[in-house]
Amino acid sequence: MDLYEYQAKDLFAAHGVPVGPGQRVVTDAGAASTAAAEFGVPVVIKAQVKTGGRGKAGGVKLATDAGDALGKAESILGLDIKGHTVRRVLVTPASTIAEEYYFSFLLDRANRTFLAMASAEGGMEIEQLAVERPEALARIPIDANEGVDLAKAKEIAAIFPTDVQDAAAEVIVKLWETFVSEDATLVEVNPLVRDGDGNIVALDGKVTLDENAAFRHPGHADLVDAEAEDPLEAAAKAKDLNYVKLDGQVGIIGNGAGLVMSTLDVVAYAGAEHDIRPANFLDIGGGASAQVMADGLEIILSDPDVKSVFVNVFGGITACDAVANGIVQAFGLLGNVTKPVVVRLDGNNAAEGRRILDDAALPGLQRLDTMDSAARSAAELAFKGA
Amino acid sequence: MSIFLNEDSRIIVQGMTGAEGRKHTARMLAAGTNVVGGVTPGKGGQKAEIGEANLPVFNSVAEAMSETGADTTVVFVPPKFAKGAVNEAVDAGIGLAVVITEGIPVHDTAAFWAHARATGNRTRIIGPNCPGVISPGKSNAGIIPADITSSGRIGLVSKSGTLTYQLMYELRDIGFSTAVGIGGDPIIGTTHIDALAAFEADPETELIVMIGEIGGDAEERAAAFIKDNVTKPVVGYVAGFTAPEGKTMGHAGAIVSGSSGTAAAKKEALEAAGVRVGKTPSETAELARASLVQTVA
Repeated sequence: MDLYEYQAKDLFAAHGVPVGPGQRVVTDAGAASTAAAEFGVPVVIKAQVKTGGRGKAGGVKLATDAGDALGKAESILGLDIKGHTVRRVLVTPASTIAEEYYFSFLLDRANRTFLAMASAEGGMEIEQLAVERPEALARIPIDANEGVDLAKAKEIAAIFPTDVQDAAAEVIVKLWETFVSEDATLVEVNPLVRDGDGNIVALDGKVTLDENAAFRHPGHADLVDAEAEDPLEAAAKAKDLNYVKLDGQVGIIGNGAGLVMSTLDVVAYAGAEHDIRPANFLDIGGGASAQVMADGLEIILSDPDVKSVFVNVFGGITACDAVANGIVQAFGLLGNVTKPVVVRLDGNNAAEGRRILDDAALPGLQRLDTMDSAARSAAELAFKGA
Repeated sequence: MSIFLNEDSRIIVQGMTGAEGRKHTARMLAAGTNVVGGVTPGKGGQKAEIGEANLPVFNSVAEAMSETGADTTVVFVPPKFAKGAVNEAVDAGIGLAVVITEGIPVHDTAAFWAHARATGNRTRIIGPNCPGVISPGKSNAGIIPADITSSGRIGLVSKSGTLTYQLMYELRDIGFSTAVGIGGDPIIGTTHIDALAAFEADPETELIVMIGEIGGDAEERAAAFIKDNVTKPVVGYVAGFTAPEGKTMGHAGAIVSGSSGTAAAKKEALEAAGVRVGKTPSETAELARASLVQTVA
């Protein structure tokens, strides 16, 4: 789960990382103006969206006083930044910036460990820096069990100017504490600044939390922005379904993440000619019980974009006859299924599973034996229904 | 031959007395696997009746190894306890730990991997969040269904469970020396490259099928490895061409971040290394079939 900047900075502050002299998150321009008046100094107003490039998109502005803050906040709220609508802005007292640096802790998948990345050249896109001037970016592997103590932090901070290395190292230790104790997979500060008084401050923050670690962080559930969630994704999550909304017309249900990703691709190929695409990712996992199948179908059929549904199951651990019975019962639970449903069953007990579906003669259900032919049919049905 | 496992593998199951552990131990036994016991702390000394077998339960991996001569452990313990379980297996010095558990925090996986590395990599870790490893007709360490395929001359390595099953089923007439599910988490023990190297060295494997998916750059690194080190034909498949940026697609590691981790980049890298990449799983199976015919001719 990605956090908003203000949430990241709240976590930083809780772990002793300096984040500047206060912040206020507001959802309307009037409140932004009030916050500016209370701070009594020039403020920076920043769009809170989970994407980069806010500055270029006009989502970050300096306001000199409360009146200025009102207008600036009005111009930022409601902006569309790379598909994200700005519904909140962060108001902070403007800092004097002497120098900007870059710092992050992240996963190093290739080396199966963590990595610290640091540069004395902050503020710019780090991917760009990595490509254009790799020597300006320090990449230091961190052993997961040894972690980052002050000595290690000083080694990382060696890329910064000499006179801030000690102060930066102390902040790095606290950022490591944030990374570990919050079960983050990314903690990024860009820019990390030296302010006018020589202090090291995290002026921005990007944090990704590991959802697999939710069991030891009950408080992380409060960081979810329910309003920004897609309503279908929220409904699926409430039923413990692994669902991602996409922008196509063919609803997809399958078992196993890899097979479902593959199903999306095969449907996209089959529908390419008519611009027919998958409408969602939905992995119902190994069990594929009647209730899970019914829950999945219900979510997908409630998506107005969906014109046809493709149920693609490979019976590995679960036998196809059990899956077929699940589908038959799911149709019973749902009552009136009006959109065409194409089913492909293969693997364990496929013959029996197919016979069960054929005997049930469910309205609008078409059964095909191969994934490719079923994908073609589902795409065609979606095209006809669109 | 086969890789990582063979008919002599002596397997214990950590978490054997739980529901999942019990169910899959029964399936492993039914596939002819030599399961010699289980580990559940606090239940040492008990016996677990699973199918026809009456298996001893031990308190620790070390005890299970000394009593049974086990060389492989399959881990089914819940995410919360997985780090402790794997660390214990590593400390006991077992040769192979297959971690089936899904949903382990990545900091925990990083920790047990670092521990295995610090202790000299005596323990090969496969997974986590993987279906395990099977050498059909010989041994099955994990949850891969044994009855959908046969033994033969294809070696398969995959991030995805169900795509593994799909390909094993489509190519069941040719059969498999070993199929390894390496798992879809961001940090995994055994990689595509480890399996490719082992298949290259395995005289029974004539062709390698490699299945990848979006996220990270494991497939790109595997492609570079193939170019320099693999002489056997390799056929590939990559899932996730239609996955949007920034969304996790089921597997914790399956995410396109910015412009990195895309299926298109992986396919391109594999093809540049001489790997034939199928557009669909079925086309991949056909390519594998055709490659074997060519190899024989």
